[in-house]
Amino acid sequence: MSASSAFNDEKGGSSSVGEPEYGHDPASGGIFSSDYKRHDDLKEMLDSNKDSLKLEAMKRIVAMIARGKNASDLFPAVVKNVACKNIEVKKLVYVYLVRYAEEQQDLALLSISTFQRGLKDPNQLIRASALRVLSSIRVTIIVPIMMLAIKEAASDMSPYVRKTAAHAIPKLYSLDPEQKDQLIEVIEKLLADKTTLVAGSVVMAFEEVCPERIDLIHKNYRKLCNLLIDVEEWGQVVIINMLTRYARTQFLNPNINESLLEEGGSGDKTFYGSDEEEDEDEEEKEKKAEAAAMAKRKPYVMDPDHRLLLRNTKPLLQSRNAAVVMAVAQLYFHLAPKAEVGVIAKALVRLLRSHSEVQYVVLQNVATMSIKRRGMFEPYLKSFYIRSTDPTQIKVLKLEVLTNLANETNISTILREFQTYIKSMDKDFVAATIQAIGRCATNISEVRDTCLNGLVQLLSNRDELVVAESVVVIKKLLQMQPEKHSDIIKHMAKLTDNIQVPMARASILWLIGEYCEHVPKIAPDVLRKMAKSFTNEEDIVKLQIINLAAKLYLTNSKQTKLLTQYVLNLAKYDQNYDIRDRARFIRQLIVPTEKSGALSKYAKKLFLALKPAPVLESPFKDRDHFQLGSLSHLLNAKAGGYQELPDWPEAAPDPSVRNVEVKESVPEWTKCSSREKRKEKKVEKPFYTDSEGESGPTESADSESDSASGSESSSGSEESGSGSESEESKEASESEEEEEEEEEEQKKKKKKDLKKPVQESESEQSSEEEERKHQRKSKPRKSESESESDEDEESESESSQSESEDSESEAEVKKKKKTAESKPPPKPLKKESKKEKKEMSLLDLDDFEPAPSPQVTPVNTFLSNSLVTDLEGLSLSDSVLSPATIAPSSALKSYELLHRITGEGLSVEYCFSRQPFSPDANMVAVQMQFTNSASSDTKNLHIEDVKLQSGMRVKEFPEIELLPAGETATAVMGIDFCDSTQAANFQLCTHTRKFFVSIQPPVGELMRPVFLTENEFKKEQGQLMGMNEITEKLTLDVKCRNEHAIVQRVTTAANLSRVPCGSDKECSPPVPPPDYPVHRFAGRTVTSGSLVLVTVATKEEGAAQLTVNCEKMVIGTMLVKDILQALTQ
Amino acid sequence: MIHSLFLINASGDIFLEKHWKSVVSRSVCDYFFEAQERATEPENVPPVIPTPHHYLISVLRHHIYFVAVIQSEVPPLFVIEFLHRVVDTFQDYFGVCTEAAIKDNVVVVYELLEEMLDNGFPLATESNILKELIKPPTILRTMVNTITGSTNVGEQLPTGQLSVVPWRRTGVKYTNNEAYFDVVEEIDAIIDKSGSTITAEIQGVIDACVKLTGMPDLTLSFMNPRLLDDVSFHPCVRFKRWEAERILSFIPPDGNFRLLSYHVSSQNLVAIPVYVKHNITFREGSSQGRFDLTLGPKQTMGKAVESVLVSSQLPRGVLNANLNPSQGTYTFDPVTKLLTWDVGKINPQKLPSLKGTMSLQAGASKPDENPTINIQFKIQQMAISGLKVNRLDMYGEKYKPFKGIKYMTKAGKFQICPYNTPFTGFSLTVLTNQIHVFR
Repeated sequence: MSASSAFNDEKGGSSSVGEPEYGHDPASGGIFSSDYKRHDDLKEMLDSNKDSLKLEAMKRIVAMIARGKNASDLFPAVVKNVACKNIEVKKLVYVYLVRYAEEQQDLALLSISTFQRGLKDPNQLIRASALRVLSSIRVTIIVPIMMLAIKEAASDMSPYVRKTAAHAIPKLYSLDPEQKDQLIEVIEKLLADKTTLVAGSVVMAFEEVCPERIDLIHKNYRKLCNLLIDVEEWGQVVIINMLTRYARTQFLNPNINESLLEEGGSGDKTFYGSDEEEDEDEEEKEKKAEAAAMAKRKPYVMDPDHRLLLRNTKPLLQSRNAAVVMAVAQLYFHLAPKAEVGVIAKALVRLLRSHSEVQYVVLQNVATMSIKRRGMFEPYLKSFYIRSTDPTQIKVLKLEVLTNLANETNISTILREFQTYIKSMDKDFVAATIQAIGRCATNISEVRDTCLNGLVQLLSNRDELVVAESVVVIKKLLQMQPEKHSDIIKHMAKLTDNIQVPMARASILWLIGEYCEHVPKIAPDVLRKMAKSFTNEEDIVKLQIINLAAKLYLTNSKQTKLLTQYVLNLAKYDQNYDIRDRARFIRQLIVPTEKSGALSKYAKKLFLALKPAPVLESPFKDRDHFQLGSLSHLLNAKAGGYQELPDWPEAAPDPSVRNVEVKESVPEWTKCSSREKRKEKKVEKPFYTDSEGESGPTESADSESDSASGSESSSGSEESGSGSESEESKEASESEEEEEEEEEEQKKKKKKDLKKPVQESESEQSSEEEERKHQRKSKPRKSESESESDEDEESESESSQSESEDSESEAEVKKKKKTAESKPPPKPLKKESKKEKKEMSLLDLDDFEPAPSPQVTPVNTFLSNSLVTDLEGLSLSDSVLSPATIAPSSALKSYELLHRITGEGLSVEYCFSRQPFSPDANMVAVQMQFTNSASSDTKNLHIEDVKLQSGMRVKEFPEIELLPAGETATAVMGIDFCDSTQAANFQLCTHTRKFFVSIQPPVGELMRPVFLTENEFKKEQGQLMGMNEITEKLTLDVKCRNEHAIVQRVTTAANLSRVPCGSDKECSPPVPPPDYPVHRFAGRTVTSGSLVLVTVATKEEGAAQLTVNCEKMVIGTMLVKDILQALTQ
Repeated sequence: MIHSLFLINASGDIFLEKHWKSVVSRSVCDYFFEAQERATEPENVPPVIPTPHHYLISVLRHHIYFVAVIQSEVPPLFVIEFLHRVVDTFQDYFGVCTEAAIKDNVVVVYELLEEMLDNGFPLATESNILKELIKPPTILRTMVNTITGSTNVGEQLPTGQLSVVPWRRTGVKYTNNEAYFDVVEEIDAIIDKSGSTITAEIQGVIDACVKLTGMPDLTLSFMNPRLLDDVSFHPCVRFKRWEAERILSFIPPDGNFRLLSYHVSSQNLVAIPVYVKHNITFREGSSQGRFDLTLGPKQTMGKAVESVLVSSQLPRGVLNANLNPSQGTYTFDPVTKLLTWDVGKINPQKLPSLKGTMSLQAGASKPDENPTINIQFKIQQMAISGLKVNRLDMYGEKYKPFKGIKYMTKAGKFQICPYNTPFTGFSLTVLTNQIHVFR
C-alpha cells in the first residue's frame, strides 16, 4: 500500500513538472496520442499522389463519421481532393463535404468552383451530381449560386438533371426562405415537365415550398393523373397525397345526397342489366353507379376530372409498396363516393401481413375508417383476429377494430374471440379486452346482459388487473340501466368479502352507494362490514366508505345513522388529511345542526343527483379530420408542416382552369404568352359542359355499351357530343392518353386555324378532313382500345419494343393489329405526328405505306409520354437514318425547327449544309429555311437569348427584316458544338412572338471531311489504337452490299470523305482479295480537329467489320452506332 | 422528409449515424431509449415516437433498430417502408443484415445510404440501379476500382434510372440463361381444440431468380388464376394485362426479386395439412400435470410434412417438464416457460407424440390457462391452395432459357387454440349469472 501510494506521489510530482497530459492517465494519453498520430497520417495519405492511398484515407474518415466521431479537423486536407479523378474518392469527399461544410463555411467555399465546373459538364450524370452536392452544402453565402444553378438545371435537356433540380429546391428553401418567390417560378416550370422522372420530385418540392399555391396544379392536374402509374413509388405517394388535397378544394362532395344515390343505383340495375350482364366487373359497376348517379340526381354530377383521379389511382392498390397502397386508400376514403370506397378494404387487409410496423400504422387507419364505414371491413372480420404471437400494441389495435366492427349479427363470434383473449397471459391485453367487451355491451343492447354476466364472472379472476378492469367496466354498464340489475349489485356486494384490489373495492362501494335504493337490505350491511374494517382499508376505499355512509344516511337514516357517525368519527382522526377533510365536509352537509347553513337542505340533491352514464367511445372517433395515413393522424396531434385537409366546397370552382392549352402539345421550349391569353378567352365556355352536357353520356351509354364496355363516361361523352363539332373534339381530348390528347388538341387547333379566315391550301384542308373522317369511322374500335388504360398501352409498347418480330405471341400481334387499325394514321413518333402529310413525305409515308410493317410503327403511337421523352435523344438519330434508306439520293436531311402550327404560320426547317462556315472555321453551318404560310407578313426574324453548354458558341444569321406571307427565305447560321451532341437552345423571334427552339446535331455532322491517302490513313490509324479504336461486326443490309451503296450510306450518316482505294495496291504487294474490298473514310471533328477514321471491311455474304478510330471516344462510340444502323437497315 | 438515421443494436449502442440535412444530435435517441424501456418486449416499442422537436420512426429487423428522425409531417408508412427497403438492400448486398456486417462494410453502407436518399427523399431504391452505382463488396471490386477509377465516369452512374424499365440494369449478359420461380405459400390458421378451423387463409408469394441476357419479356400464366383473391405486384408487372387476361407479363429485374404476392381468401376452403391431438391437464392440489400431444398428417396430397417444430408457452406455474418424445428432441426453458419440440418429418405410419408430466410449483393453485400451441412445418413440391403455373414464355430474345418452377407450403402463423367450447357465458341464450364460464 505504502509503496504504491509513494509511487503515485512520485508520479504526480513528475507530472506536475513535465508532461501533464500524459502523466495522469497513461491509457487515455496513449489513445489520444495515437489518435492524433492517425489523423496525421490520414492527412499524409490525403496529400499523396496515389489514389489508392487517398481512397483508403477517405474510407477511414467516412467510417469515423458513420460512428459519429468528429473528423472536422481534417477538413482542409479533404477538401483539396474534391477535384480528384477517382470517382470513389470523389464521392467520399462529397459525403464528407456535405457533413462538415456547415461547420467550416469558409473552407467549404474552396470547393464551389469544382461544382460550378461540373454543372457545365456535357455528361448529364455529372451535371446532376454536381448540382446535388452543391445544393446539399448548407452555406448561406452560396445561395445566389445555387439559385442560378437550379434555374439552369430546371431547363436542362436531361430529365435526370431536372429531377435533381427539383430535389435541390427544398434544400435551398430551407437554407434561405426568402428565395421562395423565385423558387416557385422554378417549381411552376418543372410542374409542366412531362417526364415521370421529374413528376414525383417536383411535387415533393411543391409540397415543401408552396403547398398553398394550389393554383399551380390546375394546368398539370390531368397530366399528373395520367402519368401517375409510371412514376416511381415514392413519387406516387407524394403526388397522391397532394392530389387528395387538391381534389378537396376543387370538386364537390360525392356523398352529398347519399340516399338518392342508393335509390338510383338499385333502380338502374334493371334498366341497364340487359346489355351488360356478361362481364360485370367492378369497373362496369362503377360506371353504372356513375351513370345512375348522373341520371337520377340532377344536383350532383361528378366532375370528370374527379373521376379521372379515382380511376387512375385504383390500380395502385396493387402496389407492393405499403405507403402507396395507404395513400390510395386514404384518397378513396376522403374522395370517393361511399359506394366505391369498399375497394380499398381488401388491399388494406393485405398490408396486415406485412412487418409489424406497417401493421401498426395500417391498423390505426383501419380503426378510424371502421368507425365511419363499418360495412367496408365486415367481410374481413376474421383477418383482425388476434394471434398470441402478435405484439401487444398490434393486439390492442386489432381489438379496437373488432370492437368497431361488432354489430348484432357478428357479436356472438366476436365475443367468442374475446373469451379466448381473456385467457391470454398478456395482462395489458386482457385489460383492453375487458374494456372492449364493455364497449360492445354499450353499443349493442342485445348483448348487454350477456356481457355483464360474463364480466361479473371475471370478478373472481385471480389477477388484480382483470378484476379491477372488470369492476370499472361493470360500473359503467350498470350506470346505464341500474334498475334491472339489482341482482348484479347484490352479487358485487358479496364480492367485497373476497376482492382485495382497492380500485375494485372502491368501485363496488360506489355502486352500492349510488344504487342503494335498489339494494335496501344489503347496503346497510355492507356499510357495517366496511365500518368494521375501515382502519385497514386503502385511502380510495376509505373515501368511498364515507361516500356510501353519507348516501345511506340520506336515504335510510334510521338504520344507518349510528354507523355513519361511527365512520365519520373514524375518518376524523385518519392519518390522511384528504379523508379528514372529506369527513368534516360531509358531516356539515348531511347532519343538520343549527349552525349548518342552507346547503344541508340540498344535501340529498347533491349526493343523489342523477349522474350521467359514461359514454364508452372509441379513441379513434373523429380522428378522420386528419388526413388518413398522415403522421398527424397517427399521433392524433398536428405535426409540423401538416396541411389541413380542406372541407368540400359548397359550389365547385370553375373546372375550366384545368383545361390544358394547346401549349401542352408543342415542345416545352415554346412559350406562347400572347397566344395563351388569346386562347383563354376563346375557351371561356367550360370544357365540360354542365348538367345537360353531362347527361349526354348516360343516354348514349346503353346504345354504346357493347363496344365501349368498361370505357369510362368521359369516353362516352366523346360519342354523345359528336353532334356539335367543337364540343366533340374538346371532350374527346380529355378522356384520352396524353399523346392522344395532343393529337386531338392538334386537331382542335387545326380546326381553329380553319375557322379563321386563312387561305390555306385546299389539299391540306381536305387531307385533314379525311383524317378526321377516318378517325370517326374507327371510333367504336377506338373506344375499345381506350378501355384499356394507360398502363396497358405503355406496357404494350414496352413489350413490343423489345420483342423481336418473329417471336411474338399471337395475342400481342392481334392487339397490335387492332391498335394499328384503330389509329388510322399511325405515326412513328409524337413529334413527327405534328407534321403535315406533305412534310412527312420524306420520312414516314414511304416508310410504312408499302409495308406490312405496322407491326413496328404503330407501337410508337402508343409510347407513353415518359417513354417518348426518354427516347427523344434517340429519335433524332433514327430519323437521320431513315431518309438514307428510303431516298439515298437526298444527301441532306432536313429537320424541323418550328412547326407551322406552333409557329402560327411560320415554319422553319434546318439542315446541316456541310459547307464550311466561312466566318468561323470551328462552326458547323446550319442552313435554315423559313416559310411563312400565315396570312400576314412576318418581320424582324432574328435570334435571341442563346442558351448553350459551356464552350459552345453561336454565330447568328443576319436578321430577316421581312418575310411576306407565302414566301420562303433561307439563312445560314454557325454553331460551334464543341464536339458534343448537346443541343443549342435559343429563341427565334419575330416582331410579335418568341419561340424556344433547339438544334441538336447528329454526331455525323460534327466533323468535316479531310483528304487522306491510304498510306496516311494507315499511319494515323496506327496511332489511334487501343482505347481509341472501336470495332463492330455487322451484316450488311441486302440492298447495300455494293460499293456504291456502302459509300453512299456512310457519307450520309457522317460528313466524311472517302479515302481513295486502290492506292494501297501501289505500295503494298499482298493485294487483298478484290471480292471483299475495304472502304475507308476520313474526317476531322469541327472544333478540335481530331481525326475520325472509319473503315468498313466487307467479307463474304454481307458480313462486314466496321472500325472507327477517333481520339474522342464518345464521338467514336456514337458514330459507330450511327453508321452501324445506316449499314444494316 | 427523413432527416437522419441511427442504427441501434440490441444493447442500446448507436453504431451508425447518417444525416441528410443538418446534423441532429444523437441525444435525440434518448427518447427512443425511454420508450424502449417502457415497452416490455422489443417489438412493443411504438414505431412512431414524438419528441419535442422531432419524430422518431423506427423499425426493428434482425435485432437492430433503424431509427429515422423526421421533423415535419410525412406519411409514417412512407418512412417505414423506406427503412425496410434499406434493410432489404443491406441484406441483398451483404447476405445478412447484422451489426457485424454493417460495421465491416461501413463505407459501402454509407455510399448506399447516400444514393438512396437525397435531401431525405428517396432517390434510387431499386436494387438493380444501386448495384450499378455501387458494386456489392467482393474481392474483385477493389480491382475493378483501380482500373475504372481513372477513366469512364458515365458507367458508374445510374443509366438504368434513365431508361423506360428503371428496375432492370442494362447490358446484362449471362452464359447460362435461367429463370427460376419459387411459389411459396404460407398457411395462417387458428384451429380450436377439437380440430375445427376457426380461421385459415393462405398467403403466397412468387419469388423469382431471373438471370437472362438482354431485355427478355416474360409471360407467366396460371392454370387456375381465379384462385388468387388479392395480389400485389412488383412494379415490372403490367397491371392491365393481368386485369384483362390474368397473365403476368413483365420485363424482369436482373437477379432475385419478388414478382407477386397473393392471398387466397378465407372464403375458399383451406386444406389443413396437419392435425394435433393434445391433452394438457393440471389437477387441483397436485403438483403434477399431464402432457400428451400427438401430431398427424391430414390433407397433404401424399406429400411428406417436414421440418415440423412445435412450440408452446406453458403456464407460469410450471417448474419443469419431464417428457418423452417418440421422435426428435424437445427443450423446455424454465425461465421463459417455452417448450419447443423439434419433430422433423412426420411418418404417417408412426405418428410422433410427446408424452410425460410437468411439475408445478408446490402450493400454487392450478394454472388457469391452457397453452396455445404453435406449429411450423414445410411441405415440398406442393402449393396448398392448388395454384399451378401453366407456362412461362419468353419474348424479345432469341436464346432458349432454362426455366424452373418450385412449389412449397409452409406454416405461417399456425396455432392451435386451447378452447373448443363456444363461450357459453357470452352466448346470447344464457342470461343467468350462475354459470362459471371462464373455466
